[in-house]
Amino acid sequence: MGKVIVVTSGKGGVGKTTSSAALGAALAQNGDKVVVVDFDVGLRNLDLVMGAERRVVYDLVNVIQGEAKLTQALIRDKRLESLYLLPASQTRDKDNLTAEGVEKVVGALKTHFDWVICDSPAGIERGATLAMRHADVAIVVTNPEVSSVRDSDRIIGLLDSKTAKAEAGERIEKHLLLTRYDPARAERGDMLKVDDVLEILSIPLLGIIPESMDVLRASNIGSPVTLADERSAPAIAYFDAVRRLKGESLPVTIPGEKRGFFGKFFGRKAA
Amino acid sequence: MTAVLTQPRPIRLKGRSYLALTLTPELPFEDWLVRLDDLAGRSAGFFLRRPVVLDVEGLEIDRAQLRDLVGRLGTRNVRIMGIEGARPSMLGNDLPPAMSGGKATGDIEEPAAAAASEPPAAAPAPVESTAEIPAAPLPTTGAPTSIVVTQPVRSGQSIFTEGDITILGSVASGAEVIAGGSIHIYGTLRGRAMAGTLGNAAARIFCRKLEAEMVAIDGFYKTAEELEPGLRGKPAQFWLEGETFTAGSMA
Repeated sequence: MGKVIVVTSGKGGVGKTTSSAALGAALAQNGDKVVVVDFDVGLRNLDLVMGAERRVVYDLVNVIQGEAKLTQALIRDKRLESLYLLPASQTRDKDNLTAEGVEKVVGALKTHFDWVICDSPAGIERGATLAMRHADVAIVVTNPEVSSVRDSDRIIGLLDSKTAKAEAGERIEKHLLLTRYDPARAERGDMLKVDDVLEILSIPLLGIIPESMDVLRASNIGSPVTLADERSAPAIAYFDAVRRLKGESLPVTIPGEKRGFFGKFFGRKAA
Repeated sequence: MTAVLTQPRPIRLKGRSYLALTLTPELPFEDWLVRLDDLAGRSAGFFLRRPVVLDVEGLEIDRAQLRDLVGRLGTRNVRIMGIEGARPSMLGNDLPPAMSGGKATGDIEEPAAAAASEPPAAAPAPVESTAEIPAAPLPTTGAPTSIVVTQPVRSGQSIFTEGDITILGSVASGAEVIAGGSIHIYGTLRGRAMAGTLGNAAARIFCRKLEAEMVAIDGFYKTAEELEPGLRGKPAQFWLEGETFTAGSMA
């Protein structure tokens, strides 16, 4: 049985889709079988970021409505043969996502893949709650600024109350992925500090992704950043995040805070 | 409530008590409304969809003045569900119904409320047509219970109990904690804390780090702007001295 991960944030534009694609690709680069599911019905983007927009035939809504089989809708990545995409519908309304339909699709994907990554839409409405509904693990994507942190806090509250696991009295595993971290702005003090974000959200830190042109460039060429340039700073940060996700204990480096001649990393314990 | 039933299938009438905010207007209303607007302005949505009772006990006003006041509150989105302390002659069909028997303190004594699931029709302050009252996050049943919250209180969550609340973690910005008794927060208070809401002026609020949006005790409140700047980020407590909202450090 695979693990279901929801990538969520509450706020829009913080990097959910970028992170879903990058983490999915990184997991697949390790040889795991991965499917990334776009839950943003009506505003789909994941196909673009993964460079599959010209191969979309059927989508999640078609599968839920019984108009297509799951195997027909899944798109295999051209570069990584263990990476798949289940695109969202751009034309349908998000009301077409039914709770039963989502449960069936996610349940079926779990039996075929090691990881099912659900890319949640922004907000706390139906699309977002359905994306998190059957998750085993949540990755909360947050930017180091107050509105994003407060929205993430709201989402964590929903993860603890509205998911199938929470309703069964279990606890959903939650990780914080701090994205768009800008060392220059952090130095000037016009960004929330990592410790402050951790203190407010009090969930373990999965990784810090630096703000980088590499991310933008990768999106524009339709490639997850972990595939586009494996040695770029954000790609390395995503690879490290994946190692932590798989249970490895790896200290988190704060970008721009390397110390000493040998770049002695600053060990950091997550909350 | 105890009408003789002649139909074979009676309509079920049950008494139920609810917690409502009580507003106590003061004369002249013009000045009082200015202060109310000030509160609402700083705490947007504070009255929105909450049941509010107007307590006009001891006010020398007539029916027209009362109706005018209810109307002006209505334009501020403060919906009055009932009026307490008004003379019967002041109320009519065009005004919310009279309420009585409201309990200002936390003691819940009526046996009906303590009894099991469905007590027979006998409860104070019968509120009929409950459908009109939007769900407030404030359930009230049984004796005052105190609770311990081991998880952080997240933004958007609202916690209420009639007794004391102890929170081991933090209260997030946009979260609220409402207690009939005192509130103890061992983390950071970033949201709202309202203690003594059932009329307990001896209730206090304690937190290990103060970043609150608002604190209130027994209806007296302070917003973030009015809090002593020196207490920000520090361990703090709040209590009432007479009618003075007092804050102090706990160092």
